[in-house]
Amino acid sequence: MKISMTVNGKTMSGEAEGRTLLSTFLREELGLTGTHIGCDTSQCGACTVHVDGKQVKSCTMFAAEADGAEVATIEGQANADGTLNKVQQAFQDHHGLQCGFCTPGMVMAAVSLLETNAKPSEAEIREHLQGNICRCTGYHNIVKAIMAASGQEVPAVAAE
Amino acid sequence: MKPFDYTRADDLQTAQRALHEGGTVIAGGTNLIDLMKLEVMTPGAVVDISRLDLNDIRDHDGGLYIGAMVTNSDLAADLRVRRDYPVLSRALLAGASGQLRNKATTGGNLLQRTRCPYFYDRDTSCNKRTPGSGCAAIGGELRNHAILGTSDDCVALHPSDMAVALRVLDAQVEIESLDGTRHLRPLDDFYRLPGTTPHIETSLEPGDIITAVVLPKPTGGQQSYRKIRDRASYAFALVSIASVINARDGKIENIALAFGGIGARPWRDTRVEDMMRGQTVDDQLIQKAGDLLLSDARLLEGLEFKADLVHRLLSSTLTEAVQ
Ligand SMILES: Cc1cc2nc3c(=O)[nH]c(=O)nc-3n(C[C@H](O)[C@H](O)[C@H](O)COP(=O)(O)OP(=O)(O)OC[C@H]3O[C@@H](n4cnc5c(N)ncnc54)[C@H](O)[C@@H]3O)c2cc1C
Ligand code: SF4
Ligand code: FES
Ligand code: FES
Repeated sequence: MKISMTVNGKTMSGEAEGRTLLSTFLREELGLTGTHIGCDTSQCGACTVHVDGKQVKSCTMFAAEADGAEVATIEGQANADGTLNKVQQAFQDHHGLQCGFCTPGMVMAAVSLLETNAKPSEAEIREHLQGNICRCTGYHNIVKAIMAASGQEVPAVAAE
Repeated sequence: MKPFDYTRADDLQTAQRALHEGGTVIAGGTNLIDLMKLEVMTPGAVVDISRLDLNDIRDHDGGLYIGAMVTNSDLAADLRVRRDYPVLSRALLAGASGQLRNKATTGGNLLQRTRCPYFYDRDTSCNKRTPGSGCAAIGGELRNHAILGTSDDCVALHPSDMAVALRVLDAQVEIESLDGTRHLRPLDDFYRLPGTTPHIETSLEPGDIITAVVLPKPTGGQQSYRKIRDRASYAFALVSIASVINARDGKIENIALAFGGIGARPWRDTRVEDMMRGQTVDDQLIQKAGDLLLSDARLLEGLEFKADLVHRLLSSTLTEAVQ
């Protein structure tokens, strides 16, 4: 079946079977490989995108469910002039990534947090990231990056 | 994943007809899609009910009417829920993650399947997955399994946090049948115990669809949800307790308790509540309550720790309630 959606502000369409996951559709049909597939079982959050303004795991959604929806992926996050947005920049400045595999999902999760909570506390950040797993950083630098992106002092975080 | 026909339902009847013909509805898909990937569930037709008009929360007879498609995020954030039924809000936020709660729905959460690892592993025997094939969990590795309401054919646990809170709040499930009639069913009648047919989990008939959950008038009292799990976040409950308690001068005036992580369905035992009403909370009463609750428990090897956890959770819940 033909599926159309608005991805990062542009109307895009492609072919999908009923069983085609949104993550697969974005990567293989639309060529947007920034959305990563880690576990493919709803656990790790690497595939996090926004659908109609809400963060979801794109491996836990059929492409057909998103027919007609507004989707935002990591590819749409940079500023119009191509520079990194404040969350991406903060991840770079505070070493919020090592291998980078979890990063697209982390950034999408962080952006959704800051949309509803402009100045989250460290505890709120950790709580919000419970569905995103990182095997490299130990999370501290990710938490610091999000504190910085929200314009807050970057403190020594808990357990450091 | 096995191929299937996907359709989006524009009205309830279309969805119900598809269900009646052996299809499966998809709400948030957060449990169904994982089960379909593992081919534990292999529906030939999947009907998407996410665009049906079942997503409002409204006042109802002094209580609340919650549409089946209300997401777990929206329900937890609703001001009336946070004010009058905080135990529900807390139970929801203690489950899954933000991304999943944004998709997971009220109806789907009630009908999520067990997390028994053998149920998800098609290379093992499981009466729930393949009726009559046996139960690999009994005699296998037990941890996230039930100790109450189980049978020789299945010791699976109902994993929902939300349903435990709904049970303590005396919620009812609104069901629409194929002929268009709607009826309400208390949560306790809604879930079946496994007996010899663990694959039949609820009272739903072919073609039935959950349209809402109805909460009675709030009863006041102190509400809490406590959940013990293997790690501090993003894990299912080993044992949990939802409570609504009215206490004065150390004495319990009224009490309702529901438990997660121990029962084949969200567990409530009115004998325990009756025994505690009018009593002063002390160590003896707490011990007695735990003993009564667990008097019918079947503590298979590997599940003994749950008895300890129940006692400890009861202790912290009751102690806090009378402070
Ligand atoms: C990684 C992970 C962690 C999780 N952690 C927790 C946790 O800690 N605590 C917890 O409680 N839950 C947890 N969950 C489970 C989650 O809460 C459920 O998957 C979710 O609530 C199911 O809702 P859904 O709308 O996505 O259901 P779906 O997956 O869409 O459906 C589930 C079942 O219900 C049926 N169905 C759905 N709606 C209706 C309806 N209206 N009428 C009739 N049938 C219907 C479907 O056909 C399907 O069989 C977790 C899930 C994941 C993936
Ligand atoms: S406990 Fe139930 S779900 Fe688990 S293997 Fe046995 S029959 Fe299957
Ligand atoms: S790939 Fe989707 S949650 Fe891991
Ligand atoms: S940076 Fe490697 S998984 Fe997070």
